Parts: sequence; structure tokens; C-alpha cells
Amino acid sequence: MNYLEHVGKYFLMLGRVFKKPQKTKVFYAALLKEIEDLGLKSLGIIMFISFFIGGVIALQTALNLDNPFIPDSLVGFAAKRSIILEFAPTFCSIILAGKVGSYITSSIGTMRVTEQIDALEVMGINSLNHLVLPKILATIFFYPFLISLGMFLGIFGGWVAGVLSGLFSGVEYIEGVQLEFNPFLLFYAILKTLVFAFLIATVPSYHGYYVKGGSIAVGKASTQSVVWTTILIVITNYFLTQMLLT
Amino acid sequence: MIEVNNLHKGFGDVKVLKGITATFHPGKTSLIIGQSGSGKTVFLKSLIGLHTPEDGTISFDGRINTKFTDDEKQQWRQEIGMVFQGSALFDSQTVEENIMFPLKMFTKQTNDEMLDRVNFVINRVNLQNSNNKLPAELSGGMQKRVAIARAIVMNPKYLFCDEPNSGLDPQTAIVIDNLIQEITDEYNITTVINTHDMNSVMEIGEKIVFLKNGKKAWEGNSEGIFKTDNESVVDFVYSSNLFKRVREAYLNEKK
Repeated sequence: MNYLEHVGKYFLMLGRVFKKPQKTKVFYAALLKEIEDLGLKSLGIIMFISFFIGGVIALQTALNLDNPFIPDSLVGFAAKRSIILEFAPTFCSIILAGKVGSYITSSIGTMRVTEQIDALEVMGINSLNHLVLPKILATIFFYPFLISLGMFLGIFGGWVAGVLSGLFSGVEYIEGVQLEFNPFLLFYAILKTLVFAFLIATVPSYHGYYVKGGSIAVGKASTQSVVWTTILIVITNYFLTQMLLT
Repeated sequence: MIEVNNLHKGFGDVKVLKGITATFHPGKTSLIIGQSGSGKTVFLKSLIGLHTPEDGTISFDGRINTKFTDDEKQQWRQEIGMVFQGSALFDSQTVEENIMFPLKMFTKQTNDEMLDRVNFVINRVNLQNSNNKLPAELSGGMQKRVAIARAIVMNPKYLFCDEPNSGLDPQTAIVIDNLIQEITDEYNITTVINTHDMNSVMEIGEKIVFLKNGKKAWEGNSEGIFKTDNESVVDFVYSSNLFKRVREAYLNEKK
């Protein structure tokens, strides 16, 4: 199957996904479960990585701006910009594409190869709507919170690194963080997050739903879904940046 | 009643079903038998609407399934119960949740009413005290019972089973066969079963359709299968020495 066929099939899949749920009560229960599985269970890794990468960004910035004419507050400013613009929305989304994407593909793929999806279809249930729509809404609803938390912890990690290493003072770092606050950049970061959240939910779902074969095929599909989600995040990131910031 | 008329189905250049015609009656257990690759599963999946026929018709009490409107299709789906080869139970749900799922999706019953119905079918398939177990905690036979319970919870008019005995020991297989036959009689369901199991053929084959290379090669019942001299059927059914001897004994007795 060539790439264009995959693209067509992906959009046809979305056409079946975006239908009114057959039973609202069941849908809300599924949505809450997906928020837990795809969102809450990713809190730990995002918090951990954000904190330490924020620290590393601040340390690297401080080490590379070792010039008496450059104020220390610039470290906080640069770290804030790097974290809000790229690290939190893009880097964290790529991490989520790996963690959540492989989970989505393998869970839907296993349902496919064990005929659970056929069972849903035979019962008269729109399996794509039932399985994928709650995932899309869960990621779109929850990831902005997750990424915002990542931004906060990244910046906080930078402050902790500065204070512990003595490379810059905490006060100046905070001054830098507060310098030239531009709300549009937050809007840009959240918009990117929403687009990436949609990709993280739909691309792995596509790979899982249309898997053919057995457990090896599910494993391959999981790998492929992570690769393609990452590629699409990187490409979309480029175009969104060009469209919104230039 | 299910009437299949001149059913054709293929995938690309491979023609799997080549003009099958058959009728399945309510209250009777009909078996589809044949070698691996003969088209049994494709035939069953065509009956339940998972495959769209290339040609021919399948009618359910006079209603042709390819001509259904969306609402009619939805209604028809709720008249179908299906037991999949691997049971296809939802891994993350308990026995009770698995069985209750169709009720939650398609009825407006209260939770108590749904629980009553679930417990009724659980008792019917003799699976008491398993309500809160996950499928992974059950044996193969118990999983099949849950699958049967889920298939009949909506009071289906048509029940389809894809190799319900696969992976089961002979004793459990007979229990599952008898359970399906009892349910078919009790609720006057039109039941169609795909099987390889010759014990099933002898025990519950009220109607048997033998497929070979995508065509219907023979049709009869468990009595007829002893008497037939259709070469394909004899080769397939009496491939083991045990069944050869059973057949000889049966024919000698009849003489």
C-alpha cells in the first residue's frame, strides 16, 4: 500500500470516528478511563523529564553565556523561551508519542487480532467511534494541562539547577523568567500541543485498528506508529512554527 | 430462517466462496464443516455482515442484509449473537461487564434490571460465582461459556459460532455443544456453527453443510453423514481410524 492510500484510509477512519456516540453514558465512562490511561498515567514521566531537562537547559545556557557583559537574568529568559516554545510542547509530545502511542497501537491491535473489534461490529457498535473518539478527546482535553505542568516544572528545574550549582542566582533567574512575557507564545505552545495531542491519539489508533496478523504484527505496528507519530509531530511543528511565528 | 443464495466472495484475485446456496432453520443447529481453507470462516463472516458479498444474497426472515438501511442494519445487528473462535471477550472487563455490555449499549434498562438479566444468562450457562473475574482468570471452557452468555443476553434470533470447541478438551467440548443445542431449542434460535470437530457433527448436527474449495459439496444431517458415499465427505469425516470404525459399526448395525 502506498503512502497516499494510507493517508486516504486515515481520513476515512476519521470520518467514522467523528460520529455521535451511540450511548452517552458508556462514552463518558470510556472518556474518563482514557483520561486516566493516557493522561494521568503519563504525569510521572512528564514531571520527571521536565524537571531535569529544565535543569539541563538552564545549566547549558549558563555555561555557554559565560560573558561579563551578558546579565545572568538572560539564563532565565532563554530557559523560559526554550521550555515554553519547544521543550514542553514538542519534546514532551514526542515522549508521549512513544509512551502513549505504543500503548494505543498495541491495545487496539490486540483487540483486532483477538477479534474483539469484530465482536463490537457484530453487536452493531461503531468500533472506531467507540474506541478512538474517547482517546482523541482525552488527549486533547488533558495534554494542555500536562504540557503546562511540564513548562512550570522545566522552568522550576532550571531555578533549582542554578541555585544548587551556583552558576547563577535564583533571583536573577526569576527576573529573566518574568522578562518580556508574551502571552501569544503560550497560545502558540498550547495550539501546538492540541495538534500533537490529536496526532498522538489518531496515528497510533490507525496503526492498531488496521493491523493484520498476530502478535508480531502488533509489535511491528506499535513501532511504526511511534515512528510515524514522531515524524508527523516534527513536520507539523516546523509548519506551525513557520505559520505562527514568522 | 436464513436463506443464502448463490453467495460469492473473494479477496483480490482469490475467489473464496463460489456460489453457495443454503437454508438454515429456526430451532435447529446447523453445522458448516470442511477442511481448513474451504471458506467456512469467510462464509460465516459474510453471514454476520463482516464481509460484503460480491454476488448473491443473504436474507434473514425475508430481509436481505445488503439492502438494509442504517437503522435496519442496527436493528438486525441486535438480533445476532456471535461466539468467536477465541471467545473475543473484552480483556479489561469482568465477566459481568462483558455480558452486560450489549445491554448497556442498546437498552434503557436500569442497572438492577441489567444485573438480573446478566445473572439469568450466567446461571443458564452454569457459570455461577464468576461475575467479578477477568477473562484472563478463566479457563478456555469458561471463556466460551461467557462468550455464549454474552451472545444470548439480548435474546438473539440468530446465533453464530465459529469453532466453539477449538482448544477445549473433549468433555468440555461436548458440554459446550449441548449447551448451544439446548439454547437453540429453548429460544427457537437459528444457529449456525463452523466446526472441525467430528464429535459435534455426530452429536448436534441437525443440518450439516460441507464446503470444499468454496463450494457446497454436500448437505445433510448427522444420520446422513454415516450413509453418504460422497467421496469428499467420506475423506474428510472418516480420515481417522476411529471414525472409520464407528461408521462401519453403524452401517453394519443398519444392515
